[in-house]
Amino acid sequence: MKQFFSFVKKEFLHILRDRQTLLILLGMPIALIMIFGFALTTEVKNAKFAVLDFSKDVATKELTSELDASRYFDLVAEIHDYKEIETLFHQGKASIVIVFPPSFYSDLQHLNTAPIQIIADASDPNVATTLTAYATTIIMDYQKRLTLNRKLPYAIQTEVRMLYNPQLKGSFSFVPGVISMILMLVCTMMTAITIVREKEIGTMEVLLVSPVQPIKIILAKAVPYLLISIVNIISILIISVFVLDVPIKGSLVLLLSESILFTITCLSFGLLISTATNSQQMAMFISLTGMFLPTVMLSGFMFPIENMPWILQVISNIFPARWFYQIVRAVMIKGLPLSSVWKETLILCGMTVLLLIASLKNFKIRLA
Amino acid sequence: MTQEKIITADKLTKRFGNFTAVDAISFDVYKGEIFGFLGANGAGKTTAMRMLCGLSIPTSGKAQVAGFDVYKQTEKIKRNIGYMSQKFSLYEDLTIKENIRFYAGVYGKSDVFIKEKTEYLLKQLHLENEANKLVGSLPLGWKQKLAFSVAIFHEPRIVFLDEPTGGVDPVTRREFWNMIYAAAESGITVFVTTHYMDEAEYCNRVTIMVDGRIEALDTPSNLKQTYNAATMNEVFLQLARKANRTADQLE
Repeated sequence: MKQFFSFVKKEFLHILRDRQTLLILLGMPIALIMIFGFALTTEVKNAKFAVLDFSKDVATKELTSELDASRYFDLVAEIHDYKEIETLFHQGKASIVIVFPPSFYSDLQHLNTAPIQIIADASDPNVATTLTAYATTIIMDYQKRLTLNRKLPYAIQTEVRMLYNPQLKGSFSFVPGVISMILMLVCTMMTAITIVREKEIGTMEVLLVSPVQPIKIILAKAVPYLLISIVNIISILIISVFVLDVPIKGSLVLLLSESILFTITCLSFGLLISTATNSQQMAMFISLTGMFLPTVMLSGFMFPIENMPWILQVISNIFPARWFYQIVRAVMIKGLPLSSVWKETLILCGMTVLLLIASLKNFKIRLA
Repeated sequence: MTQEKIITADKLTKRFGNFTAVDAISFDVYKGEIFGFLGANGAGKTTAMRMLCGLSIPTSGKAQVAGFDVYKQTEKIKRNIGYMSQKFSLYEDLTIKENIRFYAGVYGKSDVFIKEKTEYLLKQLHLENEANKLVGSLPLGWKQKLAFSVAIFHEPRIVFLDEPTGGVDPVTRREFWNMIYAAAESGITVFVTTHYMDEAEYCNRVTIMVDGRIEALDTPSNLKQTYNAATMNEVFLQLARKANRTADQLE
């Protein structure tokens, strides 16, 4: 036991003496979350819009100022002809145009119905879809207020509620994603590199000739990265809650436990990678392209799994991050308890055990 | 040098699939000897050494190291030997003291032992002022000497040196061999592989491996007489000409 501690102490010394890497390990999560929180957002704000108003009545004027007042839209032009729309889009002066037909308000009053046309610059389809959705929501809000005291026959009122995230904040989706990414980078890549480094500089050989059991060498390497990961998780959560206003709805204990489980999964993965190569460069390469990149793309954090072709959906099940991402979303954003995520948790446990067995077997084979 | 056998090998063989790396070698090493294992790159020296260190299980044959069997008692073997490889073995980002403490701890030495012997060692090597400096800051020659000292710090019965003087200047090599002599004198048996034939002259006895087999086993002076050679280099060249495989073929 004392021997194990002296190993762990040595590993900590290695990490602490490498100031540059330490800075990256502890600073990167904070940097990532800040970047995602403030700079990269899928929300669109202050989008430039124009109005083509053939009615110019009280309703169209009210609706136009509603749109302008919202933080999503800024009125930049009032145009008078359809032909002007193309010019606006070509010059990038507006991303969306609202068109009111003639006699809009009087049609509403007398026919109980009036159309509005929304024309969006879909050269960026994501922005176009988002803006169209925003505009529609604002229009429907207005409609609701108009018809508050009226009883419309056979009208189907659709009420849209965005559960858990009414403001549709993008940050809610990426905090779990960033946690996954950081844990994978720190645990998998760094663990793989540190083990392979010993092979490269020749100290691993000496350790293998010594009476030390190989398992102690490996575990001692994992311990510091486990601790660093916990520090990282906590710093990400602190920033999320206090700076980005992403709440932790569910049990903090459950969230941390699941994170530690995922950390161990990533450490096992790093271990497996380290048995596959003797070069640090190769270890880094395998970690990044073989594991990190596909995980980021297929775990559901950047692109929804449901939208992927069937075969990729199946493949995405292999990546532990996919299950962890679901767990974090469930616990952190939806506030669900363990009973709702037990299936995913079990899958993660199983993957961890498999990875550990595979790594240890591989490690032993290398010894002979 | 005594008559007590500390390593015995009888038709020791290691095969990797169809390839026979070590082909039925037999030899004995006596306690306190400096025993040289010579041969070209790829002759099988390192593979043979790995079997004796308990790193690799032989395919057939028998061997005992410090009285322990290489098949069944590898853990006991490891406890009683020291090792230094051609790649450098100390951690560059730890201090001298930290390195010593770590490796000595690995072999289960007590804190008292470590403290006292560290002081003694540093004095011997004139490194008292560098005790808390990072090993990476030392010149290469010092690193080699330090690595050797650390390899025998726990006072093993045998120390295995795998081409320890690679890339080191002649002066440092000389100093290194002085340390090896001192170790042998204190009762530690030294098993050293090398492809520097002049270092063969420093050994008590040498074997020359060619294609996995032992082609010669004797003292350097006897070998020079037998092969009518002025230097060990010439002896080696005569034997190596018979070799069928070179390091290039193995890579």
